[in-house]
Amino acid sequence: MSYRFCVESNQYLFKDLKELMAKATPARSGDYLAGVASRSYEERMAARMCLAEVPLKRFLEELLVPYETDEVTRLIIDSHDKEAFGAISHLSVGDFRDWLLSDLADAASLKAVSSGITPEMAAAVSKLMRNQDLILVAKKCRVVTSFRNTIGLPGQLSVRLQPNHPTDDARGIAASILDGLLYGAGDAVIGINPATDSLPALMNLYHLVDDVIQRYGIPTQSCVLTHVTNQIKLIEKGAPVDLVFQSIAGTEEANKSFGVTISLLKEAQQAALSLNRGTVGNNVMYFETGQGSALSANANHGLDQQTCEARAYAVARHLSPLLANTVVGFIGPEYLYDGKQIIRAGLEDHFCGKLMGVPLGCDVCYTNHSEADQDDMDTLMTLLASAGLTFIMGIPGADDIMLNYQTTSFHDALYLRKLFGLKAAPEFEIWLKTMKIMDDQGNIQPVTSKHALLQNRPGSLPARLTHDS
Amino acid sequence: MGRVGTSLPTKEVLDFGLAHARARDAVHIELDKGTLEAAIQAEGFLVMRASSLAVNRSDYLLRPDLGRRLDEASKALIHSRNSEKPIDLLIVIGDGLSSLAVQRHALPVLMAIRKRIPSDWHIGPIILASQARVALSDEIGETLNARMVAILIGERPGLSSPDSLGIYLTYRPRVGLTDANRNCISNIRPEGLGYDLAADKLAWLAKEALRMKVSGVSLKDESDIKQVTNDQA
Repeated sequence: MSYRFCVESNQYLFKDLKELMAKATPARSGDYLAGVASRSYEERMAARMCLAEVPLKRFLEELLVPYETDEVTRLIIDSHDKEAFGAISHLSVGDFRDWLLSDLADAASLKAVSSGITPEMAAAVSKLMRNQDLILVAKKCRVVTSFRNTIGLPGQLSVRLQPNHPTDDARGIAASILDGLLYGAGDAVIGINPATDSLPALMNLYHLVDDVIQRYGIPTQSCVLTHVTNQIKLIEKGAPVDLVFQSIAGTEEANKSFGVTISLLKEAQQAALSLNRGTVGNNVMYFETGQGSALSANANHGLDQQTCEARAYAVARHLSPLLANTVVGFIGPEYLYDGKQIIRAGLEDHFCGKLMGVPLGCDVCYTNHSEADQDDMDTLMTLLASAGLTFIMGIPGADDIMLNYQTTSFHDALYLRKLFGLKAAPEFEIWLKTMKIMDDQGNIQPVTSKHALLQNRPGSLPARLTHDS
Repeated sequence: MGRVGTSLPTKEVLDFGLAHARARDAVHIELDKGTLEAAIQAEGFLVMRASSLAVNRSDYLLRPDLGRRLDEASKALIHSRNSEKPIDLLIVIGDGLSSLAVQRHALPVLMAIRKRIPSDWHIGPIILASQARVALSDEIGETLNARMVAILIGERPGLSSPDSLGIYLTYRPRVGLTDANRNCISNIRPEGLGYDLAADKLAWLAKEALRMKVSGVSLKDESDIKQVTNDQA
């Protein structure tokens, strides 16, 4: 079906809903690269005004990627909760924005409609929202998950400790883990991006992190970010796997380029569940996503990159993850050109994920060929923390020497917690206080070499690791 | 690293800023082609210049597809130099994402490569390409009918490695190949993979590619293993 909109004497024609969505999207380089972006500022506003009048129901009838050929579309349609949708089924996209911002939409009513919201509906409404709208509505959404601790409670900001090392050196990784723990990081997950693909080496990494968690009785979970098939094999070989990781995208073809299908992800989830390692809850999956991944695999089906991204959250939602992470600025300037585009994308992704009931965190990051710097990262992390972001990354000094990009540091996490009075996961915070890493007021304590975490080290861990206030 | 309150100390903030500034400069400062060309010629190489369809840096960053194709003038020029004698290993030097890497390391790496390839291999002219992506070497190699092409190119600069050079080797280059058809040698700089070791790897891969008539995922880099075998022999 085609869509028409007149702005005074200028008539704009959009040949289908897919084109209307793309043209309504705030400007970003990836949509220009894909050839789907609006050609003028006025056309973009015409598309938004036209989109505002589209009934939400329309998204259940006019599918943006064919049902027959795409399993993500089939998942979205077949798992759509019509009862939950009932409360908003009479609304247009524009009315939906108004309702989301109204006081009627509180944490309880947002949760009640969440499973009735398809990714396309979430993406559509986000295109009509300003940054402050995206922040305000996301802040009202509650998405709580658990494994060995509880993630996503109001007033909480968790941190993924990312102790990467270019050669997977055990001492280097262990040093980063201890460093991060002493900064109060690591409650979301201790998650390593390994350099290696070799199963025995990956097995060693699992044991390395698990030993640290066991030795100090840390209420947190570990993850090794290798391909899901490796993780299934390692579970079979007896590896201590807490969370199963996988990169996912919003179309079947893009997921294929990652070497995954929904059934493979389901199999991985079952394998992790069979280990029964969660103590507080059973959310065993950790997903990473990011705008532009479908286009970079030539699998975007003419969709704008933000709508593709929201569709990835439908895949995530189906597998009840503990954490989902939009790696917003990693992909490069041909998809998100500068700080403005990265900031907008981060806020959109967080909003869409939370609205759909997915525990969205954000890898607030950039590469050195993007028009972005630390100031842009400060802006985005501060906005996201005010929006109730579930977690950020934490690495020593913001420089990931393994992946060659800049993400958030242990210091950044402390800045956000201090600025907004945010806390770590409650179970983890008790541990921090017990270990005298944090005082009763929630301040991170100075550390000397006499600290228990440094005294009772595993043999492979370095002796000198202290930081002063 | 330390902290002031929970924030970074001044020295750390400034050091970080400097590292980022260097990485930014590596992306944006244009390669000094004149100086590099003269230095390469002084070592007895023939040099030809080429440009991709990307007309400037912003074009290059926004449109990776343009950086993978030659502009018309370069295409015509290279075509006109297509010699009768087949080229065994064509070497392209492209600015890529770090002009700093190319300015510093391209010539010493080239010299190290020359020492290691068989004396009967014809290498043809060195192509100095601007606003180049890796796949630009496919079109250049195809135009010159090269049996193999190796492109030395500036890699995406990291904060602690703004001058990292990469080499991508492609057997029977032609437009439309993907990274799955190439072998990559990464992080070439004195603090990373040294010039000699990088050249050893390239020579090994090129010989194997010629022998197996393939490059990319089906050609595994076992140069280390081979080296060990040779030592034992």
